[in-house]
Amino acid sequence: MNNVSDRRSPVLKLFLWSFLILWLILAAFPFFWTFWGSFKVEGDFFSKADWTWALFGHLTQAETGGAFTGDGYHGAWVQEEFWRAAINTFVVVFFTVAISLTIGTLAGYALSRSTYNYAFWLLILALIFRAMPPITLVSGYLLPFYQWNLWGHLPTAIVVLVAINQPFTLWMLTSFFRNIPKDLDESAMVDGCTHFQAFRHVIIPVMWPGVITTGLFSLLLAYNDFVVTAMILSQDNQTMVPKIASFLGTTQTKGNVMFAVASVVSVTAPLFVLVMFFQRQIVSGLTAGAVKG
Amino acid sequence: MPGPLADQTGCMKHKTFFWFILPTSLAMLLFIALPIVSVVMQSMYAPHEQVIVEVESCDIFGCKKSTMVDQDATREIREAEPLGRFVGTEIYTNRNHLATTEIGLAWQQATGFSEFVSALMNLPFYRALAFTLTFTFVVTPLVLILGFMIAVAVNSIPAPLRGPTIFLSLLPMIINTLVGSLILFWMVDARGIVGTLLQTLVGDPNLSMKASTPLTWVMLIVYGVWHAAPFAFVVYYAGLQTVPKDTLESAMMDGASRWEQIRYVIIPHLLPLTTFIALMQLMDNFRVFEPILSFNASAHATSLSYFIYDDLGGETRLLSSAAATSVLTIIGVAILLTPVLIRTWRDFGRK
Repeated sequence: MNNVSDRRSPVLKLFLWSFLILWLILAAFPFFWTFWGSFKVEGDFFSKADWTWALFGHLTQAETGGAFTGDGYHGAWVQEEFWRAAINTFVVVFFTVAISLTIGTLAGYALSRSTYNYAFWLLILALIFRAMPPITLVSGYLLPFYQWNLWGHLPTAIVVLVAINQPFTLWMLTSFFRNIPKDLDESAMVDGCTHFQAFRHVIIPVMWPGVITTGLFSLLLAYNDFVVTAMILSQDNQTMVPKIASFLGTTQTKGNVMFAVASVVSVTAPLFVLVMFFQRQIVSGLTAGAVKG
Repeated sequence: MPGPLADQTGCMKHKTFFWFILPTSLAMLLFIALPIVSVVMQSMYAPHEQVIVEVESCDIFGCKKSTMVDQDATREIREAEPLGRFVGTEIYTNRNHLATTEIGLAWQQATGFSEFVSALMNLPFYRALAFTLTFTFVVTPLVLILGFMIAVAVNSIPAPLRGPTIFLSLLPMIINTLVGSLILFWMVDARGIVGTLLQTLVGDPNLSMKASTPLTWVMLIVYGVWHAAPFAFVVYYAGLQTVPKDTLESAMMDGASRWEQIRYVIIPHLLPLTTFIALMQLMDNFRVFEPILSFNASAHATSLSYFIYDDLGGETRLLSSAAATSVLTIIGVAILLTPVLIRTWRDFGRK
């Protein structure tokens, strides 16, 4: 590759670099700006008078005595009980990922090993299901859930999220299992194992990289979900993202938009850490479906 | 294709396959397939009207008749038939959905095509459809182009810098749509940093992105591209790693310019990936709705999903109206997917 880049004209190089730097600023700057601003008072973060106030905290100093303040975080987490939403989110995400992966690995393995036509059409059906906007499904849930008193509870949201995530999970896991050589389980079955035993003793020990990658995406889907959790959970069981949306309604009148800013930063921070540690898996997961499918 | 030998060892038997696939199929059947049936049903029933009874009250001056709502009877009938009363396709054709009568009227009265279009844009369903389609078909190509450019640029920088670059580039995609659009929304607020910057650039201290329809659409589209470009970038970047080196080298030997290399070697190599990204983007952009909520933009732009959300979220949940819009949205998705399905069908037949 070196001789390729050497041949490039300096003009082209300059263009590529400036384009890339511009993109990186566009991609990352909003996050750092909001993070920095979340420690200011509203008058600084939204300052009509002078934008540098947001940097140095002119009003924050005047109002609280320091250049930084944790008032937004205190208001959101303690006063508005954001911690409750955080716990709910944790419960929902944990169980959604665990159940999705358990039933998804079984199905993904079977789909990768079956050569019958129906396996192919099942994957196509999953693709069609993947295309359904979740809100259209939610409008189908509401009446039955009211009737059977299922509305508002965390387990309901978990089951629904598991189902909505299945098409995607299936596609990803099937493509991972196809990469595990068939000889492995075939030789186990020649030795007299049933298909399930072969799966348990031979496939499970080698499937973890694919399962972890798929798990990351299930986690992102469950963590980032707004439509299902906003519509199906009651006020007490609300998760973080719908809680932020409800802040927008109530806090803007109170002039406490900084609660929302602080909780937005709180929701984003775990994702930062996640990408930092699992960047390789996320990149490989995004491409797995594309390169093989 | 399975031969008789494959059936004995490698290929999974029907019964085993069934048990492996059962939990997933059950989940998808109960929570994806049945809800679709349920919305179709619901869309043909309207809520019960209140039961009105005529009461005659007599006193010494004579008898008077008055009407009142029979609360008990109303509750009873609503509980007995929670779906409501059957109305067939009435909800589909009413003003909030396909608005057939209104369109017919507008067609007759309109003096020009533009007048007809503006009459159409006053109808909620068509307004939502117009924005949804515009968003889908503007954002998708822009995402492809921007993602490709980033991938080429990242591919040309020294290897040690690529990791951090990819990290920063992934951020807009990885966060929740609602949260991501809020972050941008606060910046373009008239008092936010980008909003103030734009005011200075344009020289109009009262410029507000929120106040005008075209600017709102632009803002939402910019957000859509910002959010989805990393996905296209990562897929293209991975594709660039697998470009056959010898083809590239022989093209260079033949004196192909940089642009010709991209045009005749790299782009054909990335074409299947482009189809994949475009398909995913069409599906995702068609369901756009969280940015409209975050940007508080419903006065200037609504989408099909937002329309459903709005019906479901109000004080009185308009289940039937939401169901009808849902069915229309699902039909839209089906039309969107048809080319893909036809191609799959043909490929499958060829095998």
